[in-house]
Amino acid sequence: MADTTQANLLTAVHPSEAEGVAREPLVLNQRSLGWITDRICGIVENRQPLIWWILFVPSVAGFLALVFSLFYLVSTGVGVWGMNHPVAWGWDIVNFVFWIGIGHAGTLISAILFLTRQKWRTSVNRAAEAMTIFAVICAGIFPGFHVGRFWMVWFLAPIPNSNGIWQNFKSPLLWDVFAVSTYFTVSLIFWYVGLIPDLASLRDRAKSLLRKRIYGFFALGWRGGNRQWRHYEMAYLLLAALATPLVLSVHTVVSFDFATSVIPGWHTTIFPPYFVAGAIFGGFAMVLTLMLPIRKLYGLEDLFTHKHIDNMAKIILLTGTIVGYAYIMELFISYYAGNAYETDAFHMRILSGPYTWAYYCMFFCNVISPQIFWFKWARHNLWVVFIIANFVNAGMWFERFVIIPTSLARDFLPGQWGYYSASWVEKTLFVGSFGLFLMLFLLFLRFLPVIAISEVKGVLPESDPHYPAWKRLRLGRRGEK
Amino acid sequence: MSTSDHSKKELFGYLAQFEDATALYHAAEKVRDKKFRRWDVHTPFPVHGMDHAMGLGKSWLSVLVLVGGVCGSLTALGLQFFTQVSLYPTVVQDKPTNLFTIPAFFPVTFELTILFAAFATVLGLFTIIMLPRWNHPLFNSPLFSKFSNDAFLLHIEARDPKFHHEKTREFLSEVGAARIEEINY
Repeated sequence: MADTTQANLLTAVHPSEAEGVAREPLVLNQRSLGWITDRICGIVENRQPLIWWILFVPSVAGFLALVFSLFYLVSTGVGVWGMNHPVAWGWDIVNFVFWIGIGHAGTLISAILFLTRQKWRTSVNRAAEAMTIFAVICAGIFPGFHVGRFWMVWFLAPIPNSNGIWQNFKSPLLWDVFAVSTYFTVSLIFWYVGLIPDLASLRDRAKSLLRKRIYGFFALGWRGGNRQWRHYEMAYLLLAALATPLVLSVHTVVSFDFATSVIPGWHTTIFPPYFVAGAIFGGFAMVLTLMLPIRKLYGLEDLFTHKHIDNMAKIILLTGTIVGYAYIMELFISYYAGNAYETDAFHMRILSGPYTWAYYCMFFCNVISPQIFWFKWARHNLWVVFIIANFVNAGMWFERFVIIPTSLARDFLPGQWGYYSASWVEKTLFVGSFGLFLMLFLLFLRFLPVIAISEVKGVLPESDPHYPAWKRLRLGRRGEK
Repeated sequence: MSTSDHSKKELFGYLAQFEDATALYHAAEKVRDKKFRRWDVHTPFPVHGMDHAMGLGKSWLSVLVLVGGVCGSLTALGLQFFTQVSLYPTVVQDKPTNLFTIPAFFPVTFELTILFAAFATVLGLFTIIMLPRWNHPLFNSPLFSKFSNDAFLLHIEARDPKFHHEKTREFLSEVGAARIEEINY
């Protein structure tokens, strides 16, 4: 045992190999530091490919449709939505939970994978964090307008109204306000702190004075000194440590919106972990949906490699299976607990209710389809990965639909039952939120580095100051120079 | 405004470029051993172990973050107890509001703890590393602007008590600098 360890140590090119694991490099083709800067900054500095415009124009159109339908909604009243008694939470809340869930993978990649020292995160974390921020913006629109009178939205802030009445701090809806706004703020801070060294790269390469000034302003005069880096690294570590429990708390609180009520189908203790797993699952699918085309379009294959895609597909498989476990456990508990309303709610959800189609769409997309990722060929076929990721995106939307309106449509008294379908305003809002999301993401691609330049440089083997010593040892052993 | 002669430039220090992270790491160890105090290395990414090579300890930013987090918790508990229990008790669905309502106050307390700690992190970071600072003598050097691409640089300020016009320059080439530049104000 000791002998083999010694032999490994002597032949290793990098410490990680000495541990007996020959790891795939994170950056392929032994790219230099300069190549990495050129390739990533080049995306921002060069003209955008035609496809960027082909995507950007419809996104802006979608965004304008969003603005129009919000204007129509506010000027007419929430009656233009298809919701009424008994379904008072429809597509708006479905979309809210859908978008906020998508945001969570960004924080997972940037914070949890950072704390667990998963170096492969460096190629994806910037785009994933940007996705988080844009997704939370999209999410915020829906509950904001759901309150009905949008100009009264300040009631959500901890300010007393004109009768001196304060918010009810015992309500999960108020917890949600605090959770989501904290999440947005902390994600924005985390993203910006991560961007500072890369903004300095863009500043130092800028040809025109205007670019130099704008990037220079936001780079804050970053000098990359080790007396800065050491506090910077600590700040990044602390932000990751703060964001990790935060992301778990945010979706837990979102699930409390439902779980603390008494509606059969909502009143479930499994909701917090189930929502968190689902959010990470759906978010990773969205990251892949965005990153696969970007990788191809901007020639980032050496930075965002098959190894990254493989890892993310495995996470989708894991979290998809956790979500599947939750679905089945929900059904089992509703039967095992023996509460008639609960049993009936789930009976109608899967067998006799008006929305069983949605349940089976959800089950197929979220539980069955990711199982293909058990096979290596599927994780390495980009088309398969892309298609499954989109199944998951759709499936996660259906999951929220199954939970929210279908539980409300059939509660305790049959006399109260109803059927809900969305009006054109809700549909336009949903499509429009995708327009807003894509528009923001495309602008991000255009103006900011999509991959964290300094972090990718830091994971190259030669960035380790002890690398040449390892290399010499190995070459000496082989009798080479 | 300044009394100094504008035509004559004042020396800020030397900026030396090194081959790679390894060369810079070993040079930093030697500069540390020479007991220089006003110097720094500039790298495209944080070099692993450089704190040790420069003789720097652990960052103390975490202390500020702890203070921020504690302030957040206290603010949240104060806000909730003051408004809910003393100022205007809101009784919804016959749920009591008193000192034992604390479990219902946990989520907001937790969120504000995180929020304040995050603000303390970022504001503390900027205070400690003294950013934003858009003007710095180092930005006068064309060589310096390469640090954010692929250059490994080390600078020693002329204000350092150990600094000597010729000897420091010689010392820098002894420790392996590939290129040495004078930086002026």
